[in-house]
Amino acid sequence: MTEQKTTVSRAAPRAPEEASHYVELYRRMRLIRRFEDEVQSLFQQGLVHGTTHLCSGQEAGPVGVCDALGEEDRVAGTYRGHGHALALGVEPEGLMAELLGRATGVCAGRAGSMNVIDREHRLVGCYGIVGGSIAAATGVGLALKRRGGVAVAFFGDGAANQGYFHECLNFAKVHELPVVYVCENNRYGEFTPFEQVTAGEIADRPRTLGLPTVTIDGNDVWTVRATAAEVVERARAGGGPQFVESLTYRYVGHSRSDPGKYRKPGELDEWKARDPLLFARAGLAERYGTTAEALDAVDAEVEDELGAVVEAAKAAPFPDPSEPVREFKP
Amino acid sequence: MTEIDFRTAICQALDEELAHDEAVVFFGEDVAVAGGVFATTGGLVEKHGSDRVFDTPISELALAGAAYGSAIGGLRPVIEIMFGDFLPLTMDSLVNQAAKYWYLSNEQASIPLVVRSAIGGGGRFGAIHSQVPISWFHGVPGLKIVCPATPADAKGLLKAAIRDDNPVLFFEHKRLYALSGEVNGDVGMIGEAAVVREGADVTLVSAMRTLHECVAAAETLAGEGIDCEVIDLRTLRPLDGATILRSVAKTNRLVVVEEGPRTGGWAGEVLAIVAEEGLGDIDAILRLTTPDHPIPYSPPLEDAFIPGAEAIAEAVRTL
Repeated sequence: MTEQKTTVSRAAPRAPEEASHYVELYRRMRLIRRFEDEVQSLFQQGLVHGTTHLCSGQEAGPVGVCDALGEEDRVAGTYRGHGHALALGVEPEGLMAELLGRATGVCAGRAGSMNVIDREHRLVGCYGIVGGSIAAATGVGLALKRRGGVAVAFFGDGAANQGYFHECLNFAKVHELPVVYVCENNRYGEFTPFEQVTAGEIADRPRTLGLPTVTIDGNDVWTVRATAAEVVERARAGGGPQFVESLTYRYVGHSRSDPGKYRKPGELDEWKARDPLLFARAGLAERYGTTAEALDAVDAEVEDELGAVVEAAKAAPFPDPSEPVREFKP
Repeated sequence: MTEIDFRTAICQALDEELAHDEAVVFFGEDVAVAGGVFATTGGLVEKHGSDRVFDTPISELALAGAAYGSAIGGLRPVIEIMFGDFLPLTMDSLVNQAAKYWYLSNEQASIPLVVRSAIGGGGRFGAIHSQVPISWFHGVPGLKIVCPATPADAKGLLKAAIRDDNPVLFFEHKRLYALSGEVNGDVGMIGEAAVVREGADVTLVSAMRTLHECVAAAETLAGEGIDCEVIDLRTLRPLDGATILRSVAKTNRLVVVEEGPRTGGWAGEVLAIVAEEGLGDIDAILRLTTPDHPIPYSPPLEDAFIPGAEAIAEAVRTL
């Protein structure tokens, strides 16, 4: 792992009855990884359009955090949001169809990869503006403070330098809103190393504003899950906004046009050695004695599911351009 | 019917809608304890409580983001952006997010929020506290833009904006706050223009403060035998083209008066509607706007900058 100046907390091993639960979290991470592989392939085939931002390598963050949420909680994701959506239970087939611009997509092909909204699955939106998820979740938190529930914002290290970050964290703190801010620090804001464009430590900023703040190993799903459970409950109990910096790494370029030439030599290999999926497999074996065969079987199920998802999405009809559009809700 | 001033009409609308629907909240800079820098919102926090009416940091990004997000979460937020000149700081939440949610989500939900903002020149506030920011937003599908000229419409249309399920920009012209007029308790109709003076010879179309300049010009011109019809647009998006076209079919002459920059202004949109759909009815057409340069501070410069009754009357005489 690349050198970190900040303290990294780790979860203690928990009871063996968690085994099936963590196999399920492994399955979701695997689903996200393979979903992203398929998106890349479909993009290369010209079936996913425009641009797309993959979260391969970052799966433990969305899966660990979203697993700690309740029915009344809400999430704002980013333009790198397929993992956020799938972690919340958005139907893979509907999400894939959306990326392919099909009528059966979760937004009927109107939104595309960067702007997915699926309210039924607690995803209030994905935001194509860096930091947009921070604003959305802050506002959702204002509503949930009255109604009950916690709002979660996922965003990257790049968002820490946006006005939204500073204004909304301050706003959330002075109004003690139930918001959990999850900074997925994947070390690069688009093509630029974050330390090159970020003064000081990201986690020092929310601390200065009085937000309880923790920096964690974002590739360790046990740590993410345990941290999320703690901070979500604290926010739910009236503890005000919470901040988690989740250290992770993306394996692919920022977007389709990025070959990732800016990576430091050996960096990708270092992080792949700490792959969230490998980490989870090793952890499941070590903690609960889960066998490789059992996890291979999970992988095979995911493979089957995704095969069907891709076929269904590819077969789905495009939206009809002649269908009338309503500018306003009547 | 009782006679009240424009700022009281705003306050009454907020008060009544806060009472009408628990989901309505109102927040902004200095709106609660101080009652607003234009004295429009006094007494609301005392009556409705600081959970629903509250002061915020001077953070327009956060204000607009909080409004947008809280609407996603089920509230019906009304925010005040103190001067319209500060609206560029809110544009991501309003333009990129709130205005698109209904469409992008495939109608899963809309964003019922209202942004109140004081706008307009004539107060010697200079270039960055006097603008009419409508053209910055007029081309944004999914946003409604309401711009009342009278206390009655200020109250009725603000109530309608708060009850509307879509994002609404509600503009209050600073030079109208002291204007008095009769007001009833009705909820207004967004998207409907009003014919405020009937006439046969020429149609004057305007909104907000310059609407009153048009009415004054019409009275002057009546003494010269020119019979003006005056239309108050009241809403700029959606724009009530039908009322304009009906009038132009009668008068065959159109003067559009906009306080706002000429290039890209809504007056051009009115001319386009008439050119496309009423060309056969038109004998003469022109627009009066502010020039394409920043609003000056010096009183004689600012007075010459905004179209007044005399300039409007003169333009009509030249048709």
